[in-house]
Amino acid sequence: MHPLGEKYLRKSSLPTLFCPGCGDGTILNAMIRAIDKLGGTDHFLFVSGIGCSGWIPVFINADCIHTLHGRAIPVATGLKMAQPGKHVVVFTGDGDCLGIGGNHFIHAARRNLNVTVVMVNNYIYGMTGGQVAPTTPEKIVTKTTPYGNIEAPFDACGLARAAGATFIARHTTALPRLLMNDLVKAVQHSGFSFVEVMTQCPTQAGRAIYGSGEPSVLLNELKGRAVVAKNVELKPGQFRVGTLHQDASRPPYAPIVTAEGTA
Amino acid sequence: MAEPDAVKIIHGNEACVEGAILAGCKFFAGYPITPASEVAEVMAARLPAVGGVFMQMEDELASINAVVGASWGGIKAMTATSGPGFSLMQEGIGYAAVTETPCVIVNVMRGGPGTGQPTLSSQQDVYQAKYGSHGDYEPIVLVPSSAQEALDLTVRAFNLAEEFLVPVIVLTDEIVGHTRERVAIRAPGEIKQRRKPGQGEYIPFRPMPDHVPLRGNFGEGYHILVDGQLHDEYGNRVGHIPEKSAQHVQRLCDKINQNRDRIADVETRNIEDAEVVIVSYGSSSRPALRAMKEARAQNLKVGWVKLKTLFPFPDEQLSAIPARAFLVPEMNVGKIVREVKRATGKPCLSLPKLGGELHTPAEILTALKEVM
Amino acid sequence: MKILIDEAYCKGCGLCITVCPQHALAPGSRRSQKGYLMPATAEDKCDSCKSCEIICPDFAIVTVKEP
Repeated sequence: MHPLGEKYLRKSSLPTLFCPGCGDGTILNAMIRAIDKLGGTDHFLFVSGIGCSGWIPVFINADCIHTLHGRAIPVATGLKMAQPGKHVVVFTGDGDCLGIGGNHFIHAARRNLNVTVVMVNNYIYGMTGGQVAPTTPEKIVTKTTPYGNIEAPFDACGLARAAGATFIARHTTALPRLLMNDLVKAVQHSGFSFVEVMTQCPTQAGRAIYGSGEPSVLLNELKGRAVVAKNVELKPGQFRVGTLHQDASRPPYAPIVTAEGTA
Repeated sequence: MAEPDAVKIIHGNEACVEGAILAGCKFFAGYPITPASEVAEVMAARLPAVGGVFMQMEDELASINAVVGASWGGIKAMTATSGPGFSLMQEGIGYAAVTETPCVIVNVMRGGPGTGQPTLSSQQDVYQAKYGSHGDYEPIVLVPSSAQEALDLTVRAFNLAEEFLVPVIVLTDEIVGHTRERVAIRAPGEIKQRRKPGQGEYIPFRPMPDHVPLRGNFGEGYHILVDGQLHDEYGNRVGHIPEKSAQHVQRLCDKINQNRDRIADVETRNIEDAEVVIVSYGSSSRPALRAMKEARAQNLKVGWVKLKTLFPFPDEQLSAIPARAFLVPEMNVGKIVREVKRATGKPCLSLPKLGGELHTPAEILTALKEVM
Repeated sequence: MKILIDEAYCKGCGLCITVCPQHALAPGSRRSQKGYLMPATAEDKCDSCKSCEIICPDFAIVTVKEP
């Protein structure tokens, strides 16, 4: 195994349950590299929701709580209040974060809670077999939209911005070095950090949305739609990658304490 | 901070907060709901003064989950709500049960179902407190009958949560919550803490002989994996393995059921020679006590039991009562009467009351005479 | 350069093959014990850019400079 894997993975839980070629593994890889840059796992506490992305931090040999569907962000809130000195990082999916977890997402951003939320976006509910998600493009046929999706998808980064997030980045597994760099920045940012990662899902979204279950095809498809340049206008279907918003002026959420500090 | 042996006239909701603070609670996450909002309001004022954190969350789902997070971060945590919010919290309570997260959930019962009766009392949620979440699990349910007991049993709730690594539900009601009474602000006894791991390898969900694991917290270097799926001693999922899944659920239930002698608690008066015993709990235990006294004044051999834990149900204590029949007044359609019937095997008359008002002592006395 | 593939973890997804700029990896014909198709390596073409190491979802590949 790669030495970083030897150093940071939770051996008793391997092999990962990700499908071959799933972007979740590449995101795990990027997170491990970010942890290595930031001084190791003892500085981190991980929280994850339900969905394939919820398994990402389970495989890291660190304190990790794999919570209920949609509830990773409130669990992270309580954890951060108890352990304010640690980096609290949440792994969630597009359904977990924007569907069932939507209310918690916008309120944590509003509070400017000092946590990092990594939302893995594969445009579908993958773990449950490929049902439509709040991010699935219109007209797509999924298990619950057999006649085509009639709903418009969310712009997650736009939602984060409107709710008050002070660090917002979008990345893709197809450009993993950029992803790792912004994971480091997101963790170091003092305030609510949101990183959306456009990810290939060979088994569900691949076949439903792109007509292919081949990881390489899907990776190149993502790479083709990703735009790194900041001043270029986006064509339909493209998405901008990089740090989209950063505001260091707003202080992070700090509870009122009138006596000696919390634990 | 209240000085030792301070005595105040406060209502049950405020007394509950004082109990939590005496027990060492340092985190409260909640959402406004009648008739529990005062718990949050008093916490908001008191917690920062003792170095704790108060948060009003966006809903009850966030509240119970924030409490779970804070508990794993190593601090004692509580939430409070009423029926509608309690329903929302059930998934989180089940999560706390399967992950063995110590925490306290206060339900100040009001009339249900649905929006029900926001400003009137009931005891309708007694089964929900035990069976509200999906799956097989065993929460501990304590039921105060006065403002003083709201303090005392909240302290006990935190102690039981730490001792057994389990969610503990404090089931008060609108009457207990809003009635101002004399309350002595002092901890009734020792304050317990979760048992820490010793030296050497720590296996987070390996049980001790009493079925309860040791508890290391996040941020202490143990690299703990907590999962809501059924898991093994290391926290790795076993939901796909029938034998290991069965073992996990069984241990969670054994942890409470086989330690019932340390948990179940009742108060009794005049049961030794009683022909009929009133089994009561919560605010309706008070008119029941008056009815027992009036019956005795009329030379009727009546006894009185006040359940202080609803679950685990005090089977042993009830089955030992020599009375020939029981009367169970409760502010619902008749629920705990089934447990009394099960535990005693003797005739049990149910005295249900809906509408939101307490039984009067006269109503209970009339029913007693029917039984006698 | 040596290209080491850990067959206990490689799932034969082919992402390393796609990202390699030097074409040092190609689809292979041999299956691991788990049944996954292992990549074929052309170690003389590898310059240890680590693109494969960074993309691999399973930490199953590492390139090592020969002494």
